[in-house]
Amino acid sequence: MDQADVFILAGMALFAVSMYSLAVQRHLVRKVLAINIMGGGCFLVLIAVARRAPGDVADPVPHAMVLTGIVVAVSVTAFALILARRIRAGTGRTELPEDASEQT
Amino acid sequence: MVASTAWVAIAVAVPLLAALASLWQGRWTALIVAVLAIPGSLLANVGVVWTVFELGVHRHPVGGWGAPLGIDLHVDGLAAAFLALLALIAAVITVHMLVDPDMRALSPRRRSLFWSLWYLVWGALAAMFVSGDAFNIYVTLELATLAGVILVSFGHGTTALFASMRYLLLGTFGALSYVLGVALLYGDTGTLDLALMAERIGSGAAPVVAAGLVTVGLAVKAALVPLHVWLPPAHASAPAGVSAILSALVVKAGFYLMVRFWFGPFVQLDGATWTVLGILGAVGVVWGSLCAIRQERLKLLIAYSTVAQVGYLFLLFPLVAGGAHAAAWSGAHYLALSHAAAKAAAFLAAGNILTSQGDDRLSMIARAARHHHLSLLAFGLAGATLMGLPPSGGFLAKWLLVTAAVDTGQWWWAAVLIAGGILAAIYVYRVVRLAYVTSPAEPPGSTGPPRPPGLLPVPMVAILAALALALLSVVLGFASAMPLRLLEIGMPAVVPPEPEPGR
Repeated sequence: MDQADVFILAGMALFAVSMYSLAVQRHLVRKVLAINIMGGGCFLVLIAVARRAPGDVADPVPHAMVLTGIVVAVSVTAFALILARRIRAGTGRTELPEDASEQT
Repeated sequence: MVASTAWVAIAVAVPLLAALASLWQGRWTALIVAVLAIPGSLLANVGVVWTVFELGVHRHPVGGWGAPLGIDLHVDGLAAAFLALLALIAAVITVHMLVDPDMRALSPRRRSLFWSLWYLVWGALAAMFVSGDAFNIYVTLELATLAGVILVSFGHGTTALFASMRYLLLGTFGALSYVLGVALLYGDTGTLDLALMAERIGSGAAPVVAAGLVTVGLAVKAALVPLHVWLPPAHASAPAGVSAILSALVVKAGFYLMVRFWFGPFVQLDGATWTVLGILGAVGVVWGSLCAIRQERLKLLIAYSTVAQVGYLFLLFPLVAGGAHAAAWSGAHYLALSHAAAKAAAFLAAGNILTSQGDDRLSMIARAARHHHLSLLAFGLAGATLMGLPPSGGFLAKWLLVTAAVDTGQWWWAAVLIAGGILAAIYVYRVVRLAYVTSPAEPPGSTGPPRPPGLLPVPMVAILAALALALLSVVLGFASAMPLRLLEIGMPAVVPPEPEPGR
């Protein structure tokens, strides 16, 4: 098991832990944080995969994927936070209702 | 018509350019953009279909940069069929939204944002259907989901905000699960091109884990039971046109990509998964239909019906694993196409009723059903496809699937198809009956009572748009020769492994 494998496993562990958080945490900001850490796990795996390329130079393709991924993650986070604020302003709640089809 | 691989690039570029142009906040911007984009997109799609018939499966290197450095657009019959139907349905919905009174109520700034996001969903879906690159698929998938999530938040009240949030969180989870799978696949094969990936994929733990992650991610997008919880609130609280495109095509995108992966790189991986996907689909058919039967609000009923209808599509996997091929392939995709037209029609009809009386509870609709007869007619026609009544497109598709199941001795899948049809009949009947049973008695020859107070007029064009899509779903049952021939161009010939006995 080389260094890259350790990072790949660490990235997948991060992904799994934050997936658990996303499921059990109720506060919306915590859910948004979980999504971000989840993304971090993916990026770690991608960068480790890049390092595995033969030769001394890391493979640039996964790096480009991470950059794109960060752009998407920033947009998602920005919109999710605005949505969370709107929800709080409109209903005073910081959590999603328990029942998915609950109508207010 | 000239056969050229460039048509597909135009078909993708038109909605994306329209998204950009819509940001201009002018009084006539929406109308001008629609007048340019709709014919442009339809023409390009005729070109794509023509090219597929002339040249067969083809690739277009965007900007002249071929793979592996550039990103190729990959067109086969399946992609062309989805692309063409997307253009047709999105065009009708665009017309509907141009006259929708709810749209006129938005401020100019919000309206221009809405239109821009609308064309972005359209363009992202078009790009996704013809993408042969796993990471490009991720980008288009996220673009479609994010734009869709924001469009849902344009719906009324805090319900729409909650629905949008739930959709965003689950959708992002799905996308990240997908991208982690793609990262592992890239580590294993060193390529993002789906065709090359299929050649190079190895055996061992990494591809299996990757397949699991990709499948879970796409199952969220496709709202496959038990990952469907985000769908009913999101589709029920979005503005009418948005509900229509989300239910008709954005959900299908998850299924479409699942087909691309399981009939591509993952084809030799594991026979048991094919059966599991089928079982989840069957559970979705029954559970979604039962929930739809219990709904009191029309839009929620239609949304749960989508959960059920998506379930049918996943029967493709076990049917093919059990030896059926062409019939199952054509049947499942034909169902996806007919359902797209029918579901868009149903949501537009429901939107018209909601616009008129500001309430979509069935008990409230019953009171003024006389005034919604055209919308209820559109719903009824669409319902024929949902039930699978002849001569609708849904009937033909289910007939192909049942034939595929019976011919290969897999009668239990046929039973699921028939049971789903009966359950669909119950929830469609609950709505259609309103038009006849509870209408107040009127003297013959009268043009109906004056509009009850509180009912707003609905533009005739909006009603006709819903009817046009409903008719399309029925016409697909008659005019089936060309679309069926199209679907078989480039049909994967690979037969997946049989599930191991005992599993």
